[in-house]
Amino acid sequence: MSAFWTLVRRDVTLAVRRGGEAALTLGFFVVTVALFPFGVGPDPALLGRIAAGVVWVTALLAATVSLDRLFRPDLEDGSLDLLALSPLPLEAAVLAKCLAHWLVTGLPVTLLSPLMAAMLRLDGAAHGPLAVSLAVGTPALSLTGGIGAALVLGARRGGALCGLLVLPLFIPVLVFGVSGVEAAQAGLPALPHILIEAAILVAAVPLAAFAGAAALRLALE
Amino acid sequence: MPSFPHSLASPARFRRLSRRVLPWASALAAGLLGVGLVWALGFAPPDYQQGDTVRVMYIHVPAAWMAMLCYAVMAALSASFLVWKHQLADLAARASAPIGACFTAVALITGSLWGKPTWGAYWVWDARLTSVLALFFLYLGHMALAGAFDDRERGGRAAAILAVVGAVNLPIVKFSVDWWNTLHQPASVLRLDGPAIHGSMLWPLLTMAAGFAAFYVAVLLVRIDGESAARRVEVLTRRRAAGA
Amino acid sequence: MAVDSATAVLEVRDLTCERGGRRLFADLSFALGPGDVLVLRGPNGSGKTSLLRLVAGLLAPAAGRVRWRGRDTRDEPGPWRRAMAFAGHENPVKPALTARENLAFWIGLEGGASVDGALEALGLDGLADLPAAVLSAGQRRRLTLARLAARPGGCWLMDEPEAALDAASAARLADLVAAHRDRGGVTLVATHDGGAFGRVRTLALGGEP
Repeated sequence: MSAFWTLVRRDVTLAVRRGGEAALTLGFFVVTVALFPFGVGPDPALLGRIAAGVVWVTALLAATVSLDRLFRPDLEDGSLDLLALSPLPLEAAVLAKCLAHWLVTGLPVTLLSPLMAAMLRLDGAAHGPLAVSLAVGTPALSLTGGIGAALVLGARRGGALCGLLVLPLFIPVLVFGVSGVEAAQAGLPALPHILIEAAILVAAVPLAAFAGAAALRLALE
Repeated sequence: MPSFPHSLASPARFRRLSRRVLPWASALAAGLLGVGLVWALGFAPPDYQQGDTVRVMYIHVPAAWMAMLCYAVMAALSASFLVWKHQLADLAARASAPIGACFTAVALITGSLWGKPTWGAYWVWDARLTSVLALFFLYLGHMALAGAFDDRERGGRAAAILAVVGAVNLPIVKFSVDWWNTLHQPASVLRLDGPAIHGSMLWPLLTMAAGFAAFYVAVLLVRIDGESAARRVEVLTRRRAAGA
Repeated sequence: MAVDSATAVLEVRDLTCERGGRRLFADLSFALGPGDVLVLRGPNGSGKTSLLRLVAGLLAPAAGRVRWRGRDTRDEPGPWRRAMAFAGHENPVKPALTARENLAFWIGLEGGASVDGALEALGLDGLADLPAAVLSAGQRRRLTLARLAARPGGCWLMDEPEAALDAASAARLADLVAAHRDRGGVTLVATHDGGAFGRVRTLALGGEP
């Protein structure tokens, strides 16, 4: 287990040192959310109604833009060879790298979401459910995205291709993430929606581990 | 462990079998589609509500069925390729994807053409149209991934992993889209699944569906032949580079 | 030359390698005992790198098997992975980490002796706290080889280890390999300069020279 955390710690350290990858993702998130009022107009009622969707779609894009860097540097400098040969199973290494990806993308986005929600005039009662739905849903994005990032290793135009592969697979997380917030806005319990999100997250863990490791082994051949 | 049918495993034997089956499948497809079209367009009754518009169904519904069936076939072939590494399963899965994508595109286009007179708009975020759209994106992703590698073998295996992951995800996507649709869809929209379908419409529909299936088999056989030829070309080219 | 199966530590049996529909080598067999060094030679594309990756377990062989202390390395990868250290073409060195952090990460993951000792063995002790971004190509290569120095006694697989090394560093590498041999370690190395490692066995790949 300690090898797992060694890998998580290294990836987070790298992301933070490499000119603040977390800060870049966060900047992308904030700027994109701030663009929406320019696109749809400053009407508070309209903004409040679409706020949950805007924050969620932007969080999804923020997770996607950084996916290309998840495995590619390790493939290029030979680190992936050593990860595959280390006593840590490759499946666990995939999960460790997805967790590190979430810590530097999904987690900051989740923490910043109340601020963005306030800017978009989201109903105060829905701020909590939005943050919780992001906290549960964004790890599933990092995991599913990890499969895509592993599959496109060695492909031509891998970055754009990765987006094409993973964005349709993000639909369920998006649907249940937003529906929980909308339930809260309508005065209904958000918990059932969040529990379904949690179920998707649980299912994504083994899927990402096995499919991701299979894709990495393929990339190493 | 049961293996992929051994009688089909060798490419040469498969080619012999495919050459024998192809004329029959083609003739069957032409016959069924011919009869089905005349039946559906000329003799089946118009709908009491939708009038002649309902005849779009005879293309739309079989296309949507085939779109899903193709994905299921592709995912099953991909899984068997990943487990047993039969070249033929890879060739067939790859050959299946563009056909499935075409069926999906036909289902989407006819669906939106049907939508205009019945719903008053070419595109409605109906649960079925939306999940078929997601299926279409998965097909596009699969084809893009299979073609994105310099080494065909790599592309085939990556695409096979994606097909299996997609097969696990598709029911979840379908479930989430249904859920989303019932949250957002205004109740006034006419649903496709209205009254149970009458025999005078069902039989031409099933004829068309059988015709589509025969057409799929015929095109699949031709495409597998093409994929297998493309693979041989690549192997021979590599050998030449190595021999030089 | 001949090491019989009883004393062999690493045993390669009838190994066949196919890449992209092309056969690189077929039915390759050899056995290495404690302290043996096998130098792989051959022209570009003859399969030296593929053989190293096959033995390591990164590639699947078309046929044949690799045994470490009598156990198949594919069926039972555990003991093999703990005993083996691989240094490929590339240097898995992250520019954003210091030299010490880079090495500590791999030792933490793969296991091994002290970080400081390994840095010292490659003459990197003065550079330990510099970010790897400022290291030269030769210094990065030494950092890669320091991973091996931390794990003496098992099996080392090295792909052109002397690349970018100056004469002094190449001598350090030769000393390391000598110490590794003394501890009963086995070495497979693809190199153009096998003479530095003392008495070695040679395997020529790629048909007739």
